[in-house]
Amino acid sequence: MSSGQRGFQFDEPLSFEISREGRSSASLPKYSQKVREVPPSLKRSQPARLPQLSELEAIRHFTRLSQWNFSIDTNFYPLGSCTMKYNPRINEETARYTGFAHVHPYQPISTVQGCLQLVHELEAYLTEIAGMDAVTLQPAAGAHGELTGVLVMRAYLRAQGNPRKKILIPDSAHGTNPATCSMADYDVVQIRTGKEGRLSASLVAQLMTDEIAGLMLTNPSTLGLFETEIREIADIVHAKGGLVYGDGANMNALLGKARPGDLGIDLLHYNLHKTFTTPHGGGGPGSGPLAVKKSLAPFLPTPRVYKRENGSYDLDFNHPQSIGRVRAFLGNFGMMVRAYTYIREMGPEGLKRATELAVLNANYIKSRLREYYHLPFGEGTMHEVVFSDKKQKEFHVSTLDIAKRLMDFGYHPPTIYFPLVIFGALMIEPTETESKETLDSFCEAMIQIAKEAREQPELLQKAPHNTRLRRLDEAKAARELKLRYSF
Amino acid sequence: MGVASVDELFSSIPEALRLKRALHLPSPLSELELRNHLREISRKNAHGEDWSVFLGGGSYSHYIPSPVSQLLTRGEFLTAYTPYQPEISQGTLQAIFEYQTMVCEILGMEVSNASHYDGSTGTAEATLMALAITKRKKILAARSLHPEYRETLATYVQDPKVRIEEISYTSEGTIDRSQLKRLMSQDVGCVVAATPNFFGIIEDLTDVAQMVHDAGGLLVTSTTEPFALGLFKSPGEMGVDIAVAEGQSFGNTMSFGGPGLGFFATKNKYVRAMPGRLVGETVDAAGHRGYVLTLATREQHIRREKASSNICTNVALCALAATITMTLLGKIGYQEIAQMNFDRATDFKERLSKIAGIRVPLTGTTFNEFVIQTGEDPQKLIESLLQDKIIAGIPLVRWYPELKNSLLLCITEMNTDEQMEKLIQGLKRSL
Repeated sequence: MSSGQRGFQFDEPLSFEISREGRSSASLPKYSQKVREVPPSLKRSQPARLPQLSELEAIRHFTRLSQWNFSIDTNFYPLGSCTMKYNPRINEETARYTGFAHVHPYQPISTVQGCLQLVHELEAYLTEIAGMDAVTLQPAAGAHGELTGVLVMRAYLRAQGNPRKKILIPDSAHGTNPATCSMADYDVVQIRTGKEGRLSASLVAQLMTDEIAGLMLTNPSTLGLFETEIREIADIVHAKGGLVYGDGANMNALLGKARPGDLGIDLLHYNLHKTFTTPHGGGGPGSGPLAVKKSLAPFLPTPRVYKRENGSYDLDFNHPQSIGRVRAFLGNFGMMVRAYTYIREMGPEGLKRATELAVLNANYIKSRLREYYHLPFGEGTMHEVVFSDKKQKEFHVSTLDIAKRLMDFGYHPPTIYFPLVIFGALMIEPTETESKETLDSFCEAMIQIAKEAREQPELLQKAPHNTRLRRLDEAKAARELKLRYSF
Repeated sequence: MGVASVDELFSSIPEALRLKRALHLPSPLSELELRNHLREISRKNAHGEDWSVFLGGGSYSHYIPSPVSQLLTRGEFLTAYTPYQPEISQGTLQAIFEYQTMVCEILGMEVSNASHYDGSTGTAEATLMALAITKRKKILAARSLHPEYRETLATYVQDPKVRIEEISYTSEGTIDRSQLKRLMSQDVGCVVAATPNFFGIIEDLTDVAQMVHDAGGLLVTSTTEPFALGLFKSPGEMGVDIAVAEGQSFGNTMSFGGPGLGFFATKNKYVRAMPGRLVGETVDAAGHRGYVLTLATREQHIRREKASSNICTNVALCALAATITMTLLGKIGYQEIAQMNFDRATDFKERLSKIAGIRVPLTGTTFNEFVIQTGEDPQKLIESLLQDKIIAGIPLVRWYPELKNSLLLCITEMNTDEQMEKLIQGLKRSL
């Protein structure tokens, strides 16, 4: 029996536990064909034990589960580096138009002209925003865009005679960067973050050799700081025949203000869910377009969408230097429709304004909280600000405790313990879509928590108190693996 | 804040590097204008609601129950992110735990991850996983595996020591066992096969599993249409080691080929070599049952360059669509749809084969797709049927020069009797 709790949150067992034999809510047509027998050697012996619920039971089940989730629509979600900005609902509407949602990828070209037009135009917008020369929309997610990019680097360098062996990566990088390099058969050389939280050109110069395929960096970095020596760094890498790869996770800090291509970056992936408001969906689907300079364009995945002189669109498979496909079909088209809708809604001034407000909001939070929380790098904050638990440590309160206590105040915690270069990092990214009132309430909660850390540390150490569940035992989950329901 | 203007906040960008003009993008549109503009673009496409579409090949039109879209657009699901903070993410976490269970049931496997990007990338990563487990360098891939999956696999294989060899198919459309036997050796890391394969052919791979296991390798399977497994032997029943499927068929629209949904499952003993997120059961401080992301030590954010893959997010919302759909269809509905697809497609295949000028070149058992061959280039046929708003099938010659004049046709529960009749009349007229 489900029981109501405070705030009308209900207990809800697994669907398998409320399942009753013979129940189904499928509403299927009765066709006239005779029922055929499957040859015995091919026949399944046991049916898949899918749950058996009525339609109402299923709807209640998922409605109740949804109510256990924190989301952007619930409240402020300052998860750094993930860019939890408002997802305009018009995106969901356009992506569901029948002429987009119900189109098959292998329809004849003459019957998918709208899809190809949208792909072609979105490629052009993303090319312009990044200051590059060509874009592929094929990659399925940011990390997949990275893989595509590093494979493009490898193919380009191989065509120059030597694919080289290593890639330079700052110690503040996302974990996907080194993991991607391994998948592309490159070794990783880590670069230390400099004193001011920035990459230093002289250090890159020391490490850059003709064994090194290039440098992968995020700009602004994961510390929320613009790499001021980027141009010099790019020149150093280029002088040794290497390439500069930009992780576009933080492109939302640069829209209309600076373009990676103008900074000396040769290729860059976007995350459409971060910068261009496609929904995060509980963890995907993403889309990771890759933008490149002209010299790298021949190596992009095929097929490429192009426009004929008569104005119609077609696919071009004839790119002999291409790295090949990185997935089936043309990419996460549903996400492209949403990003396209957003860009057309914002226009050039709107995008620039979004960046300005994102940076303003992060700086506002910095100015309100720097007195209460340790700020390792104080100057030049862009779209996100990274604090640490250094001041709270003396009361035996950690970043994790602060994060869990924030839930009691109704906020999603910031990104914690990342980037790794800052011990006990609290990475706050407010985004442009939050009001000053929301930022103020959040800051007041953070200030209250700093006070509690001094006065009642145990309140934080045992937090959260107001959530449906208390702290979960993650060690037990890993030790006694239970990854599916046992019937 | 101590700053005089927003511009001042950008002072760390060197003057010379700033963009000094507006981006060259179209002017903004209001919501009404946007609707009109996007609808106008969408109208340039043919789609399954107006047209009779007989296409499969890795992307399928199936019945999506009405509650699916409405539940998916609940903001609590739509606008949450990866459940890093389990206390406030139990909705997503429990749904993924249910998803993992359902994928295990459908594929007949012991453990599933929280989903991969799609079937093609899942197949490529399953193959890399098999090589990592066996520490071997040779892949035997079936020619009957989806051609774009084979291309994706070729892109993913970056270790220059790894070799991919192809296994051809028989006149039944099944794996050529004698060739497989010849190519099998102690250096084969895995065999990659498909069921149903790209031609829609179902086969029992139990003997293939035996053969590759005897040589110390693993069997990876790739299933583009998991509705087939409502009737036919699951990968687990055949002894498959890593089973991948494209799960778009469950509750996700085709959307011109993406996003997809990669089912990815294996045996318990290989769980630590598996890429992707995993949700596990545990308890909270008060002893209540709850769910968390687990075994993160395989993943990129902990292991960095030593991770089992660079994959970060799963495709959670697509996985949720599939979970809701499988819950609504349930054990019975899933089998009913499978039976309906098998009956109608097989019946239709038999009817087409009786039309003069059409033959069925591959003789094996099929599920909801099959290959037909005509006397001439099917491109003309396809063009002429477009005038009747029929999209007849996928020409195979692009990937299979040996299958010239061939079309891959698909029939699901979405194709009505009238649509099928219309196609038969159209074919008779054109041939």
